Amino acid sequence: MAGLVTLNAVPVGSSALVTKISAAGMTRRRLLDLGLVPGTRVEVVRRSLLGDPVAYNIRGALVALRKEQSSQVVVSNGE
Amino acid sequence: MSAVSGTYHPPVLRNQPILALAGNPNTGKSTLFNALTGLRQHTGNWPGKTVLQARGSLVHDGRKYIVVDLPGTYSPLANSAEEEVARDFICFAKPDVTVVVVDATCLERNLSLVLQVMEITEKVVVCVNLIDEARRRGIRIDIRRLSQKLGLPVVATAARTGEGLGQLLDEAVGVIRGTLKPKPNRTIYHKKIEEAVSSLEPEVRACLNGELDSRWVALRLLEGDASIVEFLKRLSSEAMHPLESTVIGYQRCVDSLMKQANKLSGHGQNEVRDSIVQTIYEAAERIARGVISREVEQKTDWDRKIDNILTSPVWGFPIMFGLLAGVFWITLTGANYPSAVLADGLFRVEARLTDLFTALNAPEWLHGFLVLGVYRCAAWVVAVMLPPMAIFFPLFTLLEDAGYLPRVAFNLDGFFKRAGAHGKQALTMSMGFGCNAAGVLSCRIIESPRERLIATLTNVFVPCNGRFPALIALATIFAGGAVTISLSGIVATLTVSGLVVFGIAVTLFASWLLSRTLLQGIPSSFVLELPPYRRPQVGQVIVRSLLDRTIFVLGRAVIIAAPAGGLIWVLANTAVGDVTILSVLAGQLDPLGRNMGLDGFILLAFILGLPANEIVLPVLIMSYLSGSALTEPGSIASLRQLLVEQQGWTWLTALCTMLFMLCHWPCGTALYTIRREQNSWRWTLLAALIPAAVGVLVCLSVNYAVRGLGLV
Ligand SMILES: Nc1nc2c(ncn2[C@@H]2O[C@H](COP(=O)(O)OP(=O)(O)OP(=O)(O)O)[C@@H](O)[C@H]2O)c(=O)[nH]1
Ligand SMILES: [Mg+2]
Repeated sequence: MAGLVTLNAVPVGSSALVTKISAAGMTRRRLLDLGLVPGTRVEVVRRSLLGDPVAYNIRGALVALRKEQSSQVVVSNGE
Repeated sequence: MSAVSGTYHPPVLRNQPILALAGNPNTGKSTLFNALTGLRQHTGNWPGKTVLQARGSLVHDGRKYIVVDLPGTYSPLANSAEEEVARDFICFAKPDVTVVVVDATCLERNLSLVLQVMEITEKVVVCVNLIDEARRRGIRIDIRRLSQKLGLPVVATAARTGEGLGQLLDEAVGVIRGTLKPKPNRTIYHKKIEEAVSSLEPEVRACLNGELDSRWVALRLLEGDASIVEFLKRLSSEAMHPLESTVIGYQRCVDSLMKQANKLSGHGQNEVRDSIVQTIYEAAERIARGVISREVEQKTDWDRKIDNILTSPVWGFPIMFGLLAGVFWITLTGANYPSAVLADGLFRVEARLTDLFTALNAPEWLHGFLVLGVYRCAAWVVAVMLPPMAIFFPLFTLLEDAGYLPRVAFNLDGFFKRAGAHGKQALTMSMGFGCNAAGVLSCRIIESPRERLIATLTNVFVPCNGRFPALIALATIFAGGAVTISLSGIVATLTVSGLVVFGIAVTLFASWLLSRTLLQGIPSSFVLELPPYRRPQVGQVIVRSLLDRTIFVLGRAVIIAAPAGGLIWVLANTAVGDVTILSVLAGQLDPLGRNMGLDGFILLAFILGLPANEIVLPVLIMSYLSGSALTEPGSIASLRQLLVEQQGWTWLTALCTMLFMLCHWPCGTALYTIRREQNSWRWTLLAALIPAAVGVLVCLSVNYAVRGLGLV
């Protein structure tokens, strides 16, 4: 199952490779600063009680993102 | 801590060298600062604990050095107010050495900051902190190799235990003195970017006159960093050109630089930025891979296991409430005995003081003012407020130190999102439990001005450490009085916890309302790092926060409660006609008070308590007492006697007082902080009026509803 999806669509427990950040401005900078650059492997760790935000393992750090942000990270879903 | 400041100070002439501590959030900068300077800057296991820079000093080999603790940043380009503090300091104040503190357990991400800071300055020492934690997780770091690859001095430390600090100081001092010259291996970017840099850099150099690293500035210009222009213009007015004509010339120079950079990168600024960041991360990855080795056996991931419980869909909320109630229960039961002992002792002293005044034949008014006014009010504050505060605060700090607060934010974010507020508002709200002024200050971690304002205006709805001892006392008297002794502690605990949950609900509602009316806008991006759990330093936390609290409350008692007590005595003993001023004032407020389920004296106490919430209950007791003689003041039992038997309080009076305690104007210090942070009288006024209006409305409705239903 290889194809381009956004990070928020990746199910908990699996991981994906970042291919592109589609956000602009401040959000883009924030995401890049966290190390979400193309080629980065991101693991989806857990969903919060109300479904959003979701915690991701990005380069060894556990980082929570809201759907508004994670939907701006394009990933290729598949090992 | 000496000068603490959030704004930029021009680089004054200084004779002591400066050592700055920079790094990603939550890497132990403040812990290191404390270890180096012996000061007690607050630390906590969540990103964003430090929002202001703190200064201290240390002596090494007989020379004095200034140490500056900076807020954590993810990159040296500022995104939020507290990150700006860090960037400005590194760029403008030009520390003699910048120690970049990195987290050994998350080296790759942290290295990207090192790579960026060493583009701004060469005087960098890398401190690989939390090395103890890395060891425990089976992560080994080849420090020598890392140092070679970066071209910088690198030292491994454990700031908590002091491991490696001596060596760190040696290296830092070496860089300051110039005996050690770092030769940073700067990152080489994509060929096209490098070409553009080489054509832009000479002009930057000419324009800046050596004030900043020209390569770094050229790169920022090429990627179209919006803040760089403002930044360069500020540089012109504050740092280099004292003459106006040169300022104009300089600004023209900056403008032309901008144009040229625009031409070079065209509309591809985003691509430039992407390419730069990607190159940096690739470099960080490469370096990290070359220096880290992991032990083969993977130990159990305890953090995930704990998170599975603390943020679980089933247990997440019950555990949050349980912890809250647990903390209150310990506070409530633990405070009982010391409160009684303190009250007993302090009022024994009052009796001796009275004896002394009688023996000295002092005039009645002097005794009244000093002993029955000043001393008594201060004594009430110490007896009733100090023990719960001294117990609550360490408990709260323990939770904070363990890393629980970010999980609270993670759990609650869904609500805050629906309210149109920022997820980190849960963190600033939590800080409010300690002190609302601190809560308001911590709002700096929220980048968007709109959401920061929402968080600021609603911070007062969580009861600060100065308010909930009063809540606890009232809950104990009334909720406890309704049932048998054995249950009373639990009922009182549930009452206070329920009030806090109500406060959080009000926070969410008010945020929702604000984001739909005065402060409309779309939610900004939310990024929250969840740090690993850490074993809190129990002994140290307890001793320190206990001492801090005790000194703080005693100070407040002397500075604020004592004069307020004197004032009350004067008001209660100066008559206009046959009535005292106190009764006149209370009488004026009485109609409104009665409608709110309170009385005039209660409202008056809230008004007089503006300087500090700790004094509201003591002031109320004082003004009640001024009309009657209470034989044995001090204990909860005698308080019950005073309120119920002499003043005719019902449970409704207590409930409304507690609700108004939860929702009224912030104390003077918090208001002052809001004024300073927002730099606006209008918002400061609203910060007082909004909660006050909420409080009045809530009390009115509760009073009328309860009476209408015939419940009292
Ligand atoms: N085990 C261990 N824990 C540490 C060490 N240094 C700091 N800590 C803990 O790490 C947490 C964060 O420390 P702080 O000093 O507040 O971090 P900071 O870098 O100032 O954080 P911000 O101000 O948010 O940027 C605290 O819980 C510290 O007790 C260390 O060397 N070893
Ligand atoms: Mg700090």
